[in-house]
This record gives sequence, C-alpha cells and structure tokens, in this order.
Amino acid sequence: MRVLMFGWEFPPHITGGLGTACYGLVKGLAKNNVEVLFVVPKAYGDEDNSVVKIVDASEIELNQDTLSTDDFWRKVTFMEVGSSLIPYVSPEEFKRISSMDILDQTKLKQTIFRSKYKFSGKYGRDLMEEVSRYAVIAAALAVKNNFDVIHAHDWLTYAAGIAAKSVSKKPLVIHVHATEFDRSGENVNQNVYDIERKGMEAADRVITVSNYTRNIVINRYGIDASKVVTVHNAVEFDSRKNGHDEQKTVPEKVVTFLGRITFQKGPDYFVEAANMVLQKYNNVRFVMAGSGDMLNRIIKRVAELQISDKFHFTGFLKGNDVNRMFLQSDVYVMPSVSEPFGISPLEAMRANVPVIISKQSGVAEVLNHAIKIDFWDIDAMADAMYGLLNYDGLPTMFRRMGQEEVLNLKWENAARKINEIYQTAL
Amino acid sequence: MKTICFYFQVHQPYRLRRYRFFDIGENHNYFDDFANRSIMRKVAEKCYLPTNQLFLDLINEYGCKFKISYSISGTAIDQFEQYAPDVLDSFKRLADTGCVEFISETYSHSLSAIKNESEFKKQVELHKKKIELHFNQTPKVFRNTELIYSDTIGTLVADMGYKAMLSEGAKHVLGWKSPNYVYTNAVNPRLKLLLKNFTLSDDIAFRFSNRAWEEWPLTTEKYISWLNAIDEKEEIVNLFMDYETFGEHQWAETGIFEFMRHLPYKVFSDTNFEFLIPSEAAEKHQPIAPMHVPHPISWADEERDLTAWLGNDLQDEAFDKLYSLIDKVQMISKEELLRDWKYLQTSDHFYYMCTKWFSDGDVHKYFNPYDSPYEAFINFMNVLSDFTLRLEREVMNNRNQDMLSTYTPEEIKKLIGEYEQKLTELKSVFDKNSNDSSKKEIYS
Repeated sequence: MRVLMFGWEFPPHITGGLGTACYGLVKGLAKNNVEVLFVVPKAYGDEDNSVVKIVDASEIELNQDTLSTDDFWRKVTFMEVGSSLIPYVSPEEFKRISSMDILDQTKLKQTIFRSKYKFSGKYGRDLMEEVSRYAVIAAALAVKNNFDVIHAHDWLTYAAGIAAKSVSKKPLVIHVHATEFDRSGENVNQNVYDIERKGMEAADRVITVSNYTRNIVINRYGIDASKVVTVHNAVEFDSRKNGHDEQKTVPEKVVTFLGRITFQKGPDYFVEAANMVLQKYNNVRFVMAGSGDMLNRIIKRVAELQISDKFHFTGFLKGNDVNRMFLQSDVYVMPSVSEPFGISPLEAMRANVPVIISKQSGVAEVLNHAIKIDFWDIDAMADAMYGLLNYDGLPTMFRRMGQEEVLNLKWENAARKINEIYQTAL
Repeated sequence: MKTICFYFQVHQPYRLRRYRFFDIGENHNYFDDFANRSIMRKVAEKCYLPTNQLFLDLINEYGCKFKISYSISGTAIDQFEQYAPDVLDSFKRLADTGCVEFISETYSHSLSAIKNESEFKKQVELHKKKIELHFNQTPKVFRNTELIYSDTIGTLVADMGYKAMLSEGAKHVLGWKSPNYVYTNAVNPRLKLLLKNFTLSDDIAFRFSNRAWEEWPLTTEKYISWLNAIDEKEEIVNLFMDYETFGEHQWAETGIFEFMRHLPYKVFSDTNFEFLIPSEAAEKHQPIAPMHVPHPISWADEERDLTAWLGNDLQDEAFDKLYSLIDKVQMISKEELLRDWKYLQTSDHFYYMCTKWFSDGDVHKYFNPYDSPYEAFINFMNVLSDFTLRLEREVMNNRNQDMLSTYTPEEIKKLIGEYEQKLTELKSVFDKNSNDSSKKEIYS
C-alpha cells in the first residue's frame, strides 16, 4: 500500500496539533507496512525522514504540458477564491492583514502559476493563494508518482486532494481534524465551509477524529453517513523524563486551564466555576495559561468577582513551561465548547494530573478515567473541582488508572484502522 | 424427597439526589425523592404487584405445598411505606398464608458485617423488629447483603441465635463439592448453610430471555428435566435470585410469569421434589461437611468476591470515612441523623463507585443514577461531608446539654471565673519564662 498524503506542516516545524498528529499517524502507518509520500508546502530539511518520504512542494517544478491540458484547468478553477481568508491567526492580526487588502484576484492568478513557487508553509496572509497553488502542485505530483490512495489532512489540503484525485483517478480519503464550526462557532467563514464541503463530497472516505466531529460532518455538511468513519487520535509521548524533580512553588492546590483563551475553549466557564469553589474552599489557586482574544474580558471578569488574589494568568506557555505548569497542577480542566479531539488532557494525565473535560470534546469518547461535564454546567464543573481537591481517593484513583489508559492510546492502532479504511476505498 | 428452596431478594436503596458542594452545611435533604418514588412505582407495577399476586394464586391453589421465602431490606420496606403501601399489603397477604418465610438481614442492606460487629448486630436487630411489625413472624434464618459470607460472619450470625444462613455456591468457592447439600459453618457447626445453585438459579434470573443462549427458550418441561437429571444422592436445590427477575430483569413478554405459574404443577407431577422454606430445609437435611471460607465471598460478578463494592481507592475512602464516624453516631439519638446514617450505609452507594464496569457487566448499570463512578463518589462524599458536620454539631450539643444537666448556671459562671483566673496565672508564668529564655539566647 502506497499513500500520497497531503499535510500542511510536519515536526519540528509546527504551529498547531495537526503536524504532531500527522507525524504520529505516519509512524503508525509505517508499522502497518503502509508506505507514505508526505507532501508539505515547505520542507526545512530537518524533518524526520526515517519513516516517511517528505516531499517539498516548493521544489516541485510545474510542467507546462500538465498545465495546458483543458481537463486540468477545469479541475482547478473552483479554487480561484479571492477572499481575505486567514484562519488560525488572532483577530488583531487578521484586522491588520485584511486592511492591507492583499488578496485580490488578479494577483492571485498571476502568482499561482509561476513554475516554481516558494510556499511559506505558515498560516499567513497569502494563505488562500498558497492553498490554490498547493493544489496545482498536487496535481503535478499525482502525475509523476505511483500510489494507491490519496489522503488529505484538514481543509488547507482538501483542494490538493481533489486535484490529485481528478488527475490520478485514485480514491481520496479526507481526514477531518477540525471543522469551521470548531474554529468559529456559528459565525462560519463561508469560503472555508465551501472548501470543506467540497472536499468531503469529493472524498471516497471521510475520517473524523471523534464521533463528535463525525456528527458535525454528517449533520452540518450533509455528508452521507456511510462513508464517514471515526478513528480517534492517539498520542505519543516523549520517553525523556520531564523534570519530575521540580517542586511545587505554592502551598495551595492548583487548578489549571491551559489553552487558547478563545470562545471555543470555554475559559469564561472556568472562571465562573473557580469563583464558586473559592466561596467554599480557600486552599486553592487557579491558573489560566495561554493567550487569545478573550483574555482581556476574562481578566476583567476575574477582577469584577474580586478573586484576583487567587486567580493567575501566565500568558502563552510553550515547550518545557507546559510541563512545568502540569507539575504545579493538582487539577487540569478543559471546558471546551467545541473540541474535535483535544490532546492536552492526555498530556496532563501523562503528567499525573487528574482531568475534568467537557462532554463536547472528542477525547471524552476515549477516556474513562476523567470527570466529564457539559461545558455550560458550571455547577458540575465546580463540584468536580471541589471533589478532586477535597477527597483524596479521587486523585489517587486517577493517577493509578490514568497513566495506563493514556499509554494505551497508540498511533499504531489508529493507523491499523486507517489502513482498513484504505482497503475499503480501493 | 428432595427439596427445592426458593429465596428472593427484595431491595431498593435510597438513591442520593445530585448534591453539590455548595449544599454542604446548607441543605440536609440527601435523597432523590422523585427518582426513588418513580423507580419504586415502576418496579411495583412491573414486578412486585404481579409477582406477589402470582405467588398468592399458587399458594391458594396448592396450599402450603408451594412455599417461598423473601428477604426484604429495611430500606425497601421504608420505601413501600412511603411510596407503595399496596405492595406492602400484598406482602402481608403472602405472610398471612403461613407458607412464606421472611429472612433476616441488615436493615440498610449494608456492608457492616465486614467492618463493625456492633453496628452489624444493631442493624440486624432493627430489621428483625421491622419484619415482626409487618409480617408477624420472627426470622430464624439469616442472609447477609448480596450473600456476603465468611467463616467469621457465619460465627457472628450463629452467636445471634440463627439456625441457618444463605450463601453462594459457585464452583470456585466450593471446589469439587456440590451446592446441592446442606453444609455448616467451619467454626460453629450449629449454623447450617444453604448454598445457591448458581446454574439453575441463573438459568432463570439471567439467561431466561437470552436468545443467544443455546437452551432458549426455556420451558417448564426443559427445566424439570434438568432438575430430574441431578445426581440421585444430592438432596437440595437452592434457587436464590433477585425478586426483580420477575417482570423487571425478565419482562413479562418473555414468558417468565407463565414459566413460574406452571413450575409447581410440573414439580408435583413429574419429580420427587418438594418445596420447603429455608428453616425447614435446614432442619430436614443432614449437613454433609463444614464449608471453609476464610475470605468473604458474595454472589456478585464472575469473581464472587467483594470487589463490586470495595477495593478501589474511591470505594475504600468513602467506606472508611463513613465508618470512622461510628463512635460519634453511638453518642447521639436524634432520629433524622440515625435515619440518614442507616441509608448512607446501603451497599448500592459503593456499587455505583465500582470501576470494574468499564470492562464488565452492564448489570452494574442497572438503575444506576450516575454516569461514572467518579460522579458517584463525589456526590456521596459531598453528602457525607454534610452528614459529618451535622453529626459533630449534634455531639457538641449533647455535650453542652450534659454540662447544663450537671451544673446550674451559677455554678458555670463560677467555674468560668475560676478558669479565667487560672489562665491569667498560667500566661504570666509562661510569658516571664519565655522572656527570660529569649534574653539568654540573645546574650549567649
């Protein structure tokens, strides 16, 4: 089995969870004897090449013969979208970029079809242009290479997947790690939504990272349920010890929120629950780690509730600071409003921190040893926090069972399921 | 003649309402009235009333040739009184026939037998009184919560004057021995043991409606042939099961009621079995050997041990914290507190905290009000926290009352004066001392 796989990023050059998931998946596929040709818009040369052949789209030269066929043009025309569309950036940055009015259509047309194109590989302001260009490259690659299945991760690569399919006539598998509804709530960007739906419709199989996402794909995108299959994400941990010698720095117990401080992560519910706990129980501090467009509102609310002496903000954390934060924590809360999967609770559990997760997350489907609440149910959230802080049996139990549960979520198993899905698509 | 001994367990717990930590110290109503009432009504309509009627009919038809026995937990009887007096009346009618035996157990279907002897005895006594009150008979046979048994528990029960006790007869408990004989306690041979024939019991209780079972459908004829196939020399078949088997675990549509309705007739006409109640069976059959059970067993799950109720961190903490209150409970007499104390001990609360059902058995999910064992634990602990506060307050009140009954207000005033003077003296001595020593430290 040979797979032509389109991604947007690959470790170590990642900005989100997508690259990490792709890396885990590709390694798992290798163990299942699946050969993967992994295409990224821009390769840096220091990617792990041991399990996968990385193809740098920036190095692909377009053959004029390919470009001149009518068939090819017909397939790629729908990608000429000239909107100022930039996901995965903060609203402030979005404002700045869109005011520059860069993405006009004429320029787009000219730049896409240069014979060599330097992708930034970032989620930047030329995103739509890059998406389109990526699809053209994909078609070229599909002509040159030998493979059985095409596999495309998230909407940025769907166009590439469709282009490759139309050229090669090989089955297309679309992998949904997140949908526009997860990113934007109800205010979806119509262009992104359209690309997502076209990708799902063109696909022979749609893989979703949870049943939660599967339902969105079926109900919100109107996709035939019989071709949508859930394969839960797995997680791979560094085998290196992560500074367990570090000591807690505050005498109180610590309850942590860690993630983007945006609407879909539910930070406001965390604050309300924290306030309730503090009315009854004093030996605790709450920490909100991360940044995002809701941060100022949250800080204001915390001040209004007059709990600032017990509620702390760390700003954005990365790398080892994340691990250090876990080591300081007694409870980890992920109150997401909408979370296709959600890997961070697994990292917390791995660091021996008991977790409270919202039922509106994919990860809730695979975990037994976690407290699950509805994100809006602040009573239940507060109660769970209080329980974990006060009744020792609970954290003891979680530590004992959680480690094992998390370590059993292996990419190798997820990859086996995906390999089976390839077989049914052939 | 050989013996068939029917015994049915009738139990309902007082389920807790969703009790948040903000309720602690504020709200002392722990029980989910709505759930308890609606579950009781539902089970009453589907099981208790029709099944009682069926057995009443059979007894009217065959007289005391057909006999059965029950143990009804105190919490179930309390709920009959509250929500289903019609059910209580129908059990009384059964008692009036004289063909039905009522068996002793702990009032709240608790696990006290493995924790505290005096609490255990107290609960058995309470239950006994309740049975005498409603059914006009004094129990002679004992069965512990979920058939939990060990040599020690058996000895305790024998000391309380019981002649016989019911227990589980699963293979890995008995080894090569057969449950179809009467055994005795390993320490006190005067206590006879009737052991559940788990195959023939579970054929009715669990497998009856299972279409994947190769013996489905189970007809009365087939069951009779199995009874007849039992070894010549074996004497007794004990069919022990949850009463909710009839109409609730096995719906009426499965034919379970018809099966039972025809069973006695077929037993009389086609076998050499007779129906006896446990006290008669224990009297009639000679015990064949003592049964050694050093570690407690139960009738639950594959393992037949206590891991459904105790053993994980949640269950152990809840259980230990609950029973750590026992000394204080013995100091109080306030009705509501003693009632809550009873209801909180019900084994079901610990059953809900079991983490085994992540892997096995939806049996554990039956009427389980919680989504997860963690929720069950947090809820129970919140309730227990409030109960502890109330208990401590009450103990303190009692102590104050004691003071007041020992001293007159004038005497107390005088005592306060004396103690205050003493305090001032002690303080001045202490201050002087510590000043001296700190000076020493500075200069040395």
